[in-house]
Amino acid sequence: MKVTIDGIEIDVPKGTTILEAARMIGPDVAPPTMCYHSKLKTSGGYCRTCIVKVTQGSAANPTPMPKPVASCRTEVMEGMVVENTINKEILEARKGVVELLLINHPLDCPVCDQAGECHLQDLGYSHGAATTRYEFPRREFERIDIGKYVQLHMTRCIMCFRCVKVADQLTDNRVHGVMHRGDAAEISTYIENVIENEMSGNVIDVCPVGALTDKTFRFKSRVWFTKPVEASCDCKKCSGKVRLWMKGEEVLRVTARKDQWGEAIEFICNECRFEKKNTADWKIEGPSPIHKSSVISQNHYTNLNELKVQVMKQQKALGFMDINKRP
Amino acid sequence: MGRKLLIHNDKVPNIHTLEVYRANGGYASVEKALKTMQPDQVTDEVKKSGLRGRGGAGFPTGMKWGFLAKPEGVNRYLVCNADESEPGTFKDRYLMEKIPHALIEGMITSSYALGAKTSYIYIRGEYFYVARIVEAAIAEAYAAGWLGKNILGTDFSHDCYVQVGGGAYICGEETALLESLEGKRGNPRIKPPFPAVAGLWGCPTVVNNVETIAAVVPIVNMGGEEYAKIGIGKSTGTKLISASGHINKPGVYEIELGITVEEFIFSEEYCGGIRNGKKLKAIVAGGSSVPILPAALALTTAKGEPRLMTYESLADGGFLTGTMLGSGGFIVMDEDTSIVKNLFTFSRFYHHESCGQCSPCREGTGWMEKILQKFLNGTANESDVDLLWDIQSKIEGKTICPLGEAAAWPVAAAIRHFKHEFIEIAQKKKFVDISHYDRLNKLVKA
Ligand SMILES: Cc1cc2nc3c(=O)[nH]c(=O)nc-3n(C[C@H](O)[C@H](O)[C@H](O)COP(=O)(O)O)c2cc1C
Ligand code: SF4
Ligand code: SF4
Ligand code: SF4
Ligand code: FES
Repeated sequence: MKVTIDGIEIDVPKGTTILEAARMIGPDVAPPTMCYHSKLKTSGGYCRTCIVKVTQGSAANPTPMPKPVASCRTEVMEGMVVENTINKEILEARKGVVELLLINHPLDCPVCDQAGECHLQDLGYSHGAATTRYEFPRREFERIDIGKYVQLHMTRCIMCFRCVKVADQLTDNRVHGVMHRGDAAEISTYIENVIENEMSGNVIDVCPVGALTDKTFRFKSRVWFTKPVEASCDCKKCSGKVRLWMKGEEVLRVTARKDQWGEAIEFICNECRFEKKNTADWKIEGPSPIHKSSVISQNHYTNLNELKVQVMKQQKALGFMDINKRP
Repeated sequence: MGRKLLIHNDKVPNIHTLEVYRANGGYASVEKALKTMQPDQVTDEVKKSGLRGRGGAGFPTGMKWGFLAKPEGVNRYLVCNADESEPGTFKDRYLMEKIPHALIEGMITSSYALGAKTSYIYIRGEYFYVARIVEAAIAEAYAAGWLGKNILGTDFSHDCYVQVGGGAYICGEETALLESLEGKRGNPRIKPPFPAVAGLWGCPTVVNNVETIAAVVPIVNMGGEEYAKIGIGKSTGTKLISASGHINKPGVYEIELGITVEEFIFSEEYCGGIRNGKKLKAIVAGGSSVPILPAALALTTAKGEPRLMTYESLADGGFLTGTMLGSGGFIVMDEDTSIVKNLFTFSRFYHHESCGQCSPCREGTGWMEKILQKFLNGTANESDVDLLWDIQSKIEGKTICPLGEAAAWPVAAAIRHFKHEFIEIAQKKKFVDISHYDRLNKLVKA
């Protein structure tokens, strides 16, 4: 199927979403996402950051779609024409979504364990405004203990539902979910239940913000002082393909490998994630590939200059401020 | 007197019983359809009638039925939306409470047309006593053979169940309703797929409002063409209007679509004019989510034509000078009404009822309520009006379900037509009287 996104035509298989098609073209036209995760079925549609304008529904029915659509949940049609970064209304609307996502968010990145690898931080930086218009107290929740490995701090949650989908799709019995509704909705366990399941740790990797964090890593180090390397082991429960976050020879943290969009490529089991913290447990394959929003890790970029140029080009095209000249 | 097709018998004693309902011509449409018509013929009559959904969106019912997928060997369902929770709307309650068999008859006839062996009536939680009335009527219908196996000796068998909701406005949104009916949290689904293809338990499903389903009865009895003669243009038939506010005679009225708004408000047959001899200030014509109209635009369109009670006339001028017929929740406000306070009440409602799935509605509805609270407290600034306008524009059209719009439209319309009231409060020239909230709070505590 032929679809045109921001003037670039691409041929994609039937059933591809607009978002996937845009990602195939590349990061310049791919809309930002917060709740979509390529490895989780039925994810996406909630955060509304990925909205785009469909100016031509299909070749057969060229009428534009009246409202912006969530690109992650809308399949392409033959001859569809989509506008993302070239549509002012979409950029304005997205700014609105980002603002609304942030009004009840603490934005205390300096003391947040997710800082440096937080999708919301990136999104706020690339698409948000420099100041807030929200003058009211922000929503706050107590921290909830959901077991020995995972820390839940709802105050930072953006209700992306990805952790709920992980529990539904990777574990056999979901014990956490959404309670209450509207802006009082929260992710919680059923009467302070403990999430105990071999695959439960994946909720940490899919959480785009600092709402679900790894207790075995909490506040051991800022992520940008650690060095990610790809490693593997023979594991019976999962693929054993992981990313180690090292400081010197020490393994501070184990996570799934993430793709260029920050989404886990293969989910890993709790034993690999929480129990194997020795270099001897792993076969090290080499440094992790670097992408535009990767955590800055020391001294092993191979394509740093190329990357810088790319980022700057993009930002210029999008009319963002120059990151090197921040006011 | 306008013709009445739905609640013409509402004053007949014991019309809620099968015996009296039947003696007054009840269940004739079931007899006619099952004995003399093919299912598709029933659908054709509904198409010819021009009936449009009475739940709010006004989508042509015959067309909706035509979209229903009919794969071999897969169940199809009819679901009746009786969640009626839009502020200002109470017509479905009236119909179910007074003449429950009118709904059940419509359910059977409609299910026959759709080939649905099972149907559900989803009633909002606060209407628990209505659910009992409807359940009692269903039991009577089973006992008399109108429901169950081989109705009237034909091949058609049908079961109808009542499900009571938990009392959430969002469960009136059709896909949230289906989720709730399946026993899950009532979150709207992301569409497509639409219920006509994958609805209840993944099966093709039609969701219709109580009044829509009840209207199928007279349509089958009199024929679609006869029905279409009532009304004007694409607004055919009769419509139940829930009239409330500062009028002499609040209540549920059945009108022929096409009478003027002026007649509806001021005639003795309907609202009987504004109470206490006050002047009309504004109306909300179709339930709290539709744009408010100031008196002048309520009675005459921007083109200078009399405003009619039809889908088209009320929408004339778009949102700049028009509104919507919506669910027919007709709220009348007199000259003493504070538009800002009214808006606060609406906004508080939408904030409270947001399901929280998508960011613009979850966060934006609460923000708007908080800003409006500043107007009530007397701490608002002029810039807050612009901020409100901006927030509603950031919600509208960017959400999963239309509750986002329902929350945004009243704010936009209030500012569009009554901006001066916001400004006067912001400039401290006027204050909103909020004393009755104190009285209410005391009542709640007592
Ligand atoms: C937030 C929300 C609440 C709704 N509540 C109701 C309701 O209480 N009753 C109803 O009939 N339709 C309600 N609707 C409309 C339904 O989604 C649906 O359009 C309707 O039931 C279709 O029936 P109709 O075609 O017969 O009007 C609501 C829609 C939204 C978005
Ligand atoms: S979750 Fe992200 S945006 Fe929020 S405080 Fe943490 S790092 Fe900052
Ligand atoms: S806890 Fe994290 S993953 Fe779960 S819904 Fe909140 S933000 Fe998403
Ligand atoms: S618009 Fe509001 S009610 Fe509808 S899905 Fe989104 S959050 Fe829920
Ligand atoms: S990523 Fe598409 S709506 Fe969240």
